[in-house]
Amino acid sequence: MAGYNLKELMSKPERLSPGHRMCAGCGATIGIRAVLRALHEGDMAVIGNATGCLEVSSFMYPYTAWEDSYIHNAFENAGATLSGVETAYRALQKRGRLPESAKFKFITFGGDGGTYDIGFQSLSGAMERGHDMVYVCYDNGAYMNTGIQRSSATPQFADTTTTPVGKVSNGKVQTRKDLSAIIAEHHVPYVAQTTFTKDFRDIHTKSEKAIYTEGAAFLNMLAPCPRGWRYETSEIMKICQLAIDTCYWPMFEVDHGNWRLTYEPKKKLPIEDFLREQGRFAHLFKPGNEELIAAFQEEVDRRWEDLLYRCNR
Amino acid sequence: MSRKDRMSGNEAVAYAIRQVNPDVMPAFPITPSTEIPQMVSTYIANGEMDTEFIPVESEHSSMSATVGAEAAGARSMTATSSCGLAFMWEELLVAASNRLPLVLALVNRTLSGPININCDHSDSMGARDTGWIQIYAENNQEAYDNFIQAFPIAEDPRVHLPVMVCQDGFITSHAVENILLEEDADVREFVGEYHPEEFLLNPGKPVAVGPYAVSDYSMEAKFNQEQAMIRSKEVILEIAEKFRSRFNRGFGLFEEYRTEDADYILLIMGSAAGTSKQAADELREAGIKAGVLKLRVFRPFPAEEIANALKGCKAVAIMDRCESYNGHGGPLASEVMAALYTSKVYIPAISYIYGLAGRDFTVETAKDIYKELSDVADKGKQIKQHTYVGLRTREER
Repeated sequence: MAGYNLKELMSKPERLSPGHRMCAGCGATIGIRAVLRALHEGDMAVIGNATGCLEVSSFMYPYTAWEDSYIHNAFENAGATLSGVETAYRALQKRGRLPESAKFKFITFGGDGGTYDIGFQSLSGAMERGHDMVYVCYDNGAYMNTGIQRSSATPQFADTTTTPVGKVSNGKVQTRKDLSAIIAEHHVPYVAQTTFTKDFRDIHTKSEKAIYTEGAAFLNMLAPCPRGWRYETSEIMKICQLAIDTCYWPMFEVDHGNWRLTYEPKKKLPIEDFLREQGRFAHLFKPGNEELIAAFQEEVDRRWEDLLYRCNR
Repeated sequence: MSRKDRMSGNEAVAYAIRQVNPDVMPAFPITPSTEIPQMVSTYIANGEMDTEFIPVESEHSSMSATVGAEAAGARSMTATSSCGLAFMWEELLVAASNRLPLVLALVNRTLSGPININCDHSDSMGARDTGWIQIYAENNQEAYDNFIQAFPIAEDPRVHLPVMVCQDGFITSHAVENILLEEDADVREFVGEYHPEEFLLNPGKPVAVGPYAVSDYSMEAKFNQEQAMIRSKEVILEIAEKFRSRFNRGFGLFEEYRTEDADYILLIMGSAAGTSKQAADELREAGIKAGVLKLRVFRPFPAEEIANALKGCKAVAIMDRCESYNGHGGPLASEVMAALYTSKVYIPAISYIYGLAGRDFTVETAKDIYKELSDVADKGKQIKQHTYVGLRTREER
């Protein structure tokens, strides 16, 4: 993007104000502020939110951290709820009940539990109907709010409280659901996968595109959780960089059906580099578990090749 | 000017929806309410109304989207039946606790299992403690009239609660009967415009909806919700009076049919009230003082008013088109008996279960019940509480 200036962007007024109760170093909060910075000044927004860490920590009666209008409904229906809000906007506009100048954007946030799992149907419905909204998943790969239970976004072999590593268990058995691709197959105008890079340009560009592309858009944002992944809070940027350099979390967008890689590592790093930093994978590095890491690598490679194919590479 | 026509209950409600022309209506098909969104879609397709219709992918989403639209500042409603209402259950609570004045056209149908598409009240009775106002109709006319009154009740600042307008599946929803329809302009004037105080799309005045609240605050929220339900009674009566003076028909909390000097009263809701009235008429001809109390408003529950209406009779049959699976009576019976007790009206009261899953309720059955009431009241006959009527006999099985 021409004229991208992080310093300038960081001086914009915050739309998620400080004082909320999210954990120090929480990836979701960093990501959400980055998404909201892509809203143009003067544009109003209604923010939706599935039940989860973000909701219980940012809107505790009688306080709210949200500068924009905000609605939390339940765990599984952020897509449907914002469908209603966005439709109300069109109805009120049509009937002249809103001033011409009132321009609203609609963004909803959900964790991976509320998005990949329990909210999947509601999300799919909202995307298929083509509401002019952005659904942002902050994917931290487990039900963190209730205490680190596995979701369909949890990577294989992760140690979670419902897939605990034990004498006869190596953590989660299944590999993760590829939700970004599933939503792309809804043929909505814009889908992207992103995370935090040093200059935050990727997440900013994709957020702006998602918000300002007419129709339904889906943004899947890898948002590390220091409690669930068990890494030092200060290491978050390193973790994100390793996620994309190992191709565990490829950076791509699907813009009106056009699949495009937005980042390709100069040198694709082995998956161990990503796994080693996190306590939830510690058991993989015990002697005798080499084949588990090999299996993980094989799955990452297979999906990466598949993505390259989709991107016509 | 009222206009005479013939339509089914579903047609009548769809006609009222067209007249009200709400801002947003999400809906999902389910028998027997499916016709309502179908007819609304047709009205929209023909340019006869311009409500934004959202063809959602489930009932859970229809209520979720209705909640979102209403919170955003749009007059919103949906329609459903049976399992659809059960699937919405969590959202019913969210709608009421967020004090959203939306409206649900419910076409009563039994719940699974066995899966069955016919009428009883297990769906709405299952939702009786979700914080919704519930109004029941005996026929298509009342379904139409109640729907028109629903928005003014829900949106009154003293209330701010959602309203469920109930009619009996198939019996009312699909049977074509005579009806008086009102002019569009009269209906629109009666319903009025919607101007919410706080809403998501209020430019420059953002609002946050649906908080997490700790124990220090939650209990007061629930208390206030109950206060609104209590206040809604006077509003329901005011709106009913306004409707009556405008259109010359309708009832308040309930209809008292030949109860003034009645010895035996059948207390009932919905379409079977018509059958009961026929039985009462026939018995009156034979000199038996039979009457019917047809409950229109189940939530808020008019406990004192019911007790007062029953205090002069010798015995009452409380008719539940729903099982409560509590081992001692239907939900309506439980509440009526508690109301009688707290008002110190100590008359014989018997809980009857009838018409489950569309089982016919006949004039003969109603007459048998009156006979049983007289045996109890006049001859001291002991009869079983929580009695089923209309069951197959052992031989018939």
